[in-house]
Amino acid sequence: MEQDWIWGLVGGLMIGSAGALYLLVNGRVMGASGILGGLVDRTGWSTAAERLAFIAGLIVIPPLMVPLYEVVDTHITGNVAVIVAAGLLVGIGTRLANGCTSGHGVCGISRLSLRGLVATVFYLLGGGLALVLFRHVLGVV
Amino acid sequence: MQRAFFSFLAGALFGAGLLVSGMVDTTKVQGWLDVFGDWDPTLAFVMGGAIIPMAVAWRIAKRRETAVLGTPIPFRTEMRVDRDLVLGSLLFGAGWGLAGLCPGPALASLGFGGSGGLIFLLAMMAGMFATPAIRTRIERLAAAT
Repeated sequence: MEQDWIWGLVGGLMIGSAGALYLLVNGRVMGASGILGGLVDRTGWSTAAERLAFIAGLIVIPPLMVPLYEVVDTHITGNVAVIVAAGLLVGIGTRLANGCTSGHGVCGISRLSLRGLVATVFYLLGGGLALVLFRHVLGVV
Repeated sequence: MQRAFFSFLAGALFGAGLLVSGMVDTTKVQGWLDVFGDWDPTLAFVMGGAIIPMAVAWRIAKRRETAVLGTPIPFRTEMRVDRDLVLGSLLFGAGWGLAGLCPGPALASLGFGGSGGLIFLLAMMAGMFATPAIRTRIERLAAAT
């Protein structure tokens, strides 16, 4: 749709403001994979309350806003094998690289971090290649 | 308590932004990554929009030693571009392209994403749990070659 980019920009400004709040008030870098991953592998248990509160806000608020829209659909594939493989890749990849779209992308690029830029180039490349192979060649997704 | 409150607020605003921007819709994410398909530029506007307030925040942070709640501002601790950064990002990108979900939207859409979204989140957490062991294996492999 034509207005999608406007809402993309508005939503983006909200995401960046959330990151700004988390940095300037809490003194933390807002990275979704790091916040969750530290709870999963126990490396972040000393700051568990802060992490759990962030995740609670992230999980609870969006569903409350869904009624504002006619339809909200994630359009996720029904192919469970693809979902599991994708989830494993995202979990392992973000922890190996120590960041995802929010940590490396938003928070890294905004301070011109070389690691953030390199990570972003390679996850975009990985995503593009996955779609070439699994959509255009194999027709799975 | 204060920390948890502002943390909840940041998570809430992040989640609201993900919903408003349309990034909880996997077709928009795959539409951006699929340069040979019906290309969707929305993600670029989301990224661009998010980087603006964040860049301002880093400028403010530069002039301070601590955040409002007393924590030292996290400055660059790790600068190296290494194998794990490149390999991990490639793997993450592949999974992101396959399902159209990254960690933030996976959490934000949990309440309305159905069983597929839940399975994705559980698989992602399993991958995160397994990563320390996988990292050890990769290091052993690299040392052997």
